[in-house]
Amino acid sequence: MNDIKKTTEQLAFMSGAVTSRCMGCGKCTASCPAFDRMEYHPHQFVYMVETGRIDKLLASKSAFSCLTCFACVERCPRMVEPARLIEAVRLAVERQQGGNRLLPDDVPCVIDDDMPQQAVVAALRKFTK
Amino acid sequence: MQKIGVFVCWCGSNIAATVDVRKLVEAAKHEPGVVYAADYQYMCSASGQQLIKDAVANYGLTGVVVCSCSPRMHEATFRKAAQSAGLNPYMLEIANIREHCSWIHKDVESATEKAVILMRAAVAKVNLNVSLTAGKSAVVKRALVIGGGIAGIQSALDIAEAGYNVDIVEKKPTIGGKMAQLDKTFPTLDCAACILTPKMVEAASDERIRIYSYSEVESVSGFVGNFTVKIRKKSRFVEEDLCTGCGLCAEKCPSRKTGNEFNLGMDKRGAVYIPFAQAVPKLAVIDPAACLHFKTGKCGLCAKNCQAKAINFDKKDEIVEEKYGAIVVATGFNPIDPSPFGELGYSRYPDVITSLELERIMNAAGPTGGVLLRPSDKAHPKKIVFVQCVGSRGLRGCDKPYCSKICCMYTAKHAMLIREKYPDTEVSVFYIDVRTPGKNFDEFYRRAVEQYGVHYIKGQVGKVAENAGKLVVHGSDLIMNEQVEIEADLVVLAVAIEPDESARKLATMLTASMDTNDFFTEAHPKLRPVESPTAGVFLSGVCQGPKDIPETVSQASAAAAKVVGLLSKDQLTCNPCVAHSDELLCNGCSACEKVCPYGAITYQDKEVNDHGKREVRRLAFVNEAVCQGCGACTVACPSGAMDLKGFTNRQIMAEVDAICR
Repeated sequence: MNDIKKTTEQLAFMSGAVTSRCMGCGKCTASCPAFDRMEYHPHQFVYMVETGRIDKLLASKSAFSCLTCFACVERCPRMVEPARLIEAVRLAVERQQGGNRLLPDDVPCVIDDDMPQQAVVAALRKFTK
Repeated sequence: MQKIGVFVCWCGSNIAATVDVRKLVEAAKHEPGVVYAADYQYMCSASGQQLIKDAVANYGLTGVVVCSCSPRMHEATFRKAAQSAGLNPYMLEIANIREHCSWIHKDVESATEKAVILMRAAVAKVNLNVSLTAGKSAVVKRALVIGGGIAGIQSALDIAEAGYNVDIVEKKPTIGGKMAQLDKTFPTLDCAACILTPKMVEAASDERIRIYSYSEVESVSGFVGNFTVKIRKKSRFVEEDLCTGCGLCAEKCPSRKTGNEFNLGMDKRGAVYIPFAQAVPKLAVIDPAACLHFKTGKCGLCAKNCQAKAINFDKKDEIVEEKYGAIVVATGFNPIDPSPFGELGYSRYPDVITSLELERIMNAAGPTGGVLLRPSDKAHPKKIVFVQCVGSRGLRGCDKPYCSKICCMYTAKHAMLIREKYPDTEVSVFYIDVRTPGKNFDEFYRRAVEQYGVHYIKGQVGKVAENAGKLVVHGSDLIMNEQVEIEADLVVLAVAIEPDESARKLATMLTASMDTNDFFTEAHPKLRPVESPTAGVFLSGVCQGPKDIPETVSQASAAAAKVVGLLSKDQLTCNPCVAHSDELLCNGCSACEKVCPYGAITYQDKEVNDHGKREVRRLAFVNEAVCQGCGACTVACPSGAMDLKGFTNRQIMAEVDAICR
């Protein structure tokens, strides 16, 4: 699933956030209530997107720890809006296409009597489109 | 028919990289009236100017067009060159092919095409140019300095030192400005009062300097060398020539509810007060908003106790009118109010203060007598957190987009002084970048870290909250990639500085330009940094941009040097490009008089001979010394009588025709 490629420009387009405005003050990270649950912190999100190190972000669970409380957006003096950027990273992970986690051939291996059939169908829909 | 020479400047690669200069020269040769065209790498250089002079002599040129940079840059240079070759300087015109063409375009072909059109318009204009002679106007040998802080005081002292009279207008009851409120000054840590008050006294005692304190500029008219300024002397309700500054009135005043402005409201003053002990002039002033006499008609304790009989409740504002040759703007700055930054809790917690408030707390003449006590419970703070860049370098509505420049250094100063005086105090500083360019500045900051053990944390503060009666500062430590929480007894915000609110009104009066942050614009950011684009208006101190005391004093002296240069002239050459009215066309409608922003047009009855018909008519007359050549009247005039020399209607139409050809 990690073969998705996203560029700085795509994430900027998806989020509307302007990462180049960041002056690296760290006010977003200072404000973040989910700091302890994150591998990468809000200022790192901004920096990693700005410098094109996006694969690491997509592979990390950090984006899903964000509470979307918007404290960083509210307080960022440069109007970078980190939370919007994090949301874009989440969308990039969620809306990926062409993933092959579950192929039709694999279904007999994973299916058992306890698993609702609906779950398998849902998984196929989500990942193999 | 004119014989015109066209000179195309490459400006190194500034023009030549985008405009095909050879093509431009070839095109020029085909223009009507052009007898000579040439290009050169740097037309403004000595050899470039010589090229023009030689061509004037060799080809008998009667007009010159220089295709180069903006006329604001080098029009005077080239006109001087033309004049030295025997040409009337107003027979030379500039076609701006740099700012208006090469700098803003990328495509060589279309830029060249535009340059050709600009050249063509200039040639068309020169074809109709006539020789103009500039008049002279006298210079009033007195300068006005607006603002009595360190910038204004220094400018005034230097102008007076050169032998000229100078007036300081200060809106507060005393001169001294922000520097008077400071405790110590970086990087040498000398006491601000010790170095400022002698200058204040010197200004007051210099017979060439007149101080209008508690006064404001009401209106400005006139022009360079001859400004007329109305000054409102606000009523102190105290006779200035009687008051001895003994301070008895202030002692006896029963009103004690008003925050003392000098200590930023951290203690109270009476309704009648002397701003501070070293105030210049040392005169009492009554604040009618707080005075019981003004509110209830009773009291009058101050008047009863004043032995000099100086209190006069009926005293009114006075307007004085003065003439000046030059004006120095030194209106200074204020720290911004950090209340909109709600997360920092300035309006919620009394122990979150600004740096200027700390300055007063540290000052021996301040509300705590110089003992470091926090506002809430007057306890000695053991843990102090400084937050830098509050409101500076931001893009939100409450932010200033610029770096306030002085905060890094004064924060290092505060941190160092506190550690020196109270070594048991822990001091942390949250910073984004430490910016300390300046002589001995970085060494100063390093001393705070290395010698005084100030804890610098790279990161910003997310919020200041209260937990069990203690302030907790939540910040980030970006070097450790950690979130930090620091308990603090006192939080000090290094807030941004902004130009004084009086500056914009004043800029309108002076027709001086300002930038989007309300800092005055200089005539040239590098080469004319202390002059406003408005002739005769000079800039001193923070009104032009954030700066510290050493820089302010240098700039103040520089502005004074420019003023002295102006005042040392007996006469100034006027701009000959002024309006004039054709008396046979004028119908006396007064339209021009109404639109003239300088009051240069008057109407007089005059007998005219209109093709043999003699009659008395009401006609417009232009005072050439007052006219600034803005051209508003030429547009307003319905009969076409009003015209601007050097920019006649015919010339402008010829330019338009040339462009549209």
